[in-house]
Amino acid sequence: MQNRMNSQEGDEQARSTADAVARRSYGKLVAYLAARTHDVAAAEDALSEAFASALADWPDKGCPANPEGWLLTVARRKLIDRVRGARRHQLVSDELAMMEEALAAPAIGEIPDERLAMMLACAHPAIDAGIRAPLILQAVLGLDAKRIASAFLTSPAAMGKRLVRAKDKIRQAGIPFRVPGHEELAGRLGTVLDAIYAAFSEGWSDPGGGDDARRDLTEEALFLASLVAQMLPEEPEALGLLALLLHAEARRRGRRDGNGEFVPLADQDPNLWEKQQIGKAEALLRRASAMGSIGRYQLEAAIQSAHVHRCRTGTANWAQVVKLYDALFGITGSPVVLINRALALAELRGASAALDAMPDLDADPRLTEYQPYWAARAALLAKTAAHAEARKAYEIAIGLERDPAVRRFLERRLAALTA
Amino acid sequence: MQYMLLLHADEAGFTRMTPAEQQQGMAAYVAYGEALAKAGAAKGSNRLQPVATATTVRVVDGKTQVLDGPYADSKEQLGGYFLIDVPDLDAALSWAARCPGASHGVVEVRPIWSM
Repeated sequence: MQNRMNSQEGDEQARSTADAVARRSYGKLVAYLAARTHDVAAAEDALSEAFASALADWPDKGCPANPEGWLLTVARRKLIDRVRGARRHQLVSDELAMMEEALAAPAIGEIPDERLAMMLACAHPAIDAGIRAPLILQAVLGLDAKRIASAFLTSPAAMGKRLVRAKDKIRQAGIPFRVPGHEELAGRLGTVLDAIYAAFSEGWSDPGGGDDARRDLTEEALFLASLVAQMLPEEPEALGLLALLLHAEARRRGRRDGNGEFVPLADQDPNLWEKQQIGKAEALLRRASAMGSIGRYQLEAAIQSAHVHRCRTGTANWAQVVKLYDALFGITGSPVVLINRALALAELRGASAALDAMPDLDADPRLTEYQPYWAARAALLAKTAAHAEARKAYEIAIGLERDPAVRRFLERRLAALTA
Repeated sequence: MQYMLLLHADEAGFTRMTPAEQQQGMAAYVAYGEALAKAGAAKGSNRLQPVATATTVRVVDGKTQVLDGPYADSKEQLGGYFLIDVPDLDAALSWAARCPGASHGVVEVRPIWSM
């Protein structure tokens, strides 16, 4: 019985150490292995085998002092074995010797961080444009095809196939893992930032924290955004994205009341917001705008900044917000921007003008399944006293929402309408 | 890594040029080949005769079929290649962009299948 307790404790300790390493260093280890072999899939497989070995070994032998180094050593050996196995019938190739050399162990505790180079390789123009962001998320965060498919609204099977194909292309075409010069970086960086933002949004959709895996995703995205901002301090959009995520993160506590119910921005208590994070976001945004090259993420961060300023001071700044949305629409041309712009416009010119400014369903049929479109429409219709139409729009919005807290919020709005 | 740069172009473009222009065009290819050699990236290259000289062969049910003409009947035809040895795809792409063929046609970059 005593032994059994010990082994159970050992199991638990091994698991929690492995979990912590996975969260802290998964992408770093994959990037290190893949940068030296050009083979992302093999690096992922070798690392997951190394994690399996860890869970088998550590409970008995105890967790190593440098778990990252331990995992890297095991994964490296698996990778080399794999190449050897595949080339059994040939002379020992130069390639194997080169690979063994390339994979030579770094000094303990000094695994170089090549995550940015790996993300930029995934964003290479030689990779199919639609798969770049999913590929980045899988390679650096270790998300499986199913999770990624749900974030990008495609089928897991199709997503899995496209991810495999993209990794094959990196290996076979010899796409390098490196940070390119400024001119080339500009285009690829956008893809990397979009992927990080997609990961953040996927995690953000469950701010109540009911789903740990999702919540982790916002932390991972924040981590990646600060990594990119740190490695590319002269790229204003990298700073803009970090500012945007910090603004959103700062308001996390304000988005739920004591009962876990959703609180819209206008009703949030600014005292619940994290002042330090807001300060950091504002400083980043100032630094970015001083570089004189505006972009999508700087504008989105500026909009968040304007919201914070209004809520804190009580001074209406809707004209400024609408202007920022205009500039953002000029860059993205996205109907999502038009929806948010319409909500700001309602504060300035009234709900009827805002309804006229909403994007057209015929022009973009995808909006039919987009919850925020229906929620915005319902709110605007309610203000114009078109209650029957508002009711219908609320019902569709409720039907499309997957977060129960937001669903209850919309239901309350709908009930208020009927009364 | 070795890459094959496959040069596809509309052959009629060349025949439409004046002899002086043709000579200039050829000179650009010679210069390009020299630059590749100087960089230690050149592994081999050849210009192909026009598609009118092409003959296509396939074996169906054990019977050899020989046909006059190129395999793909498109406006732009394979007209030559450079085989290069460079560290990675980015290096191959920048050599492809320098190739005169990229300005009057298309250069397809294909990694060599290493055995």
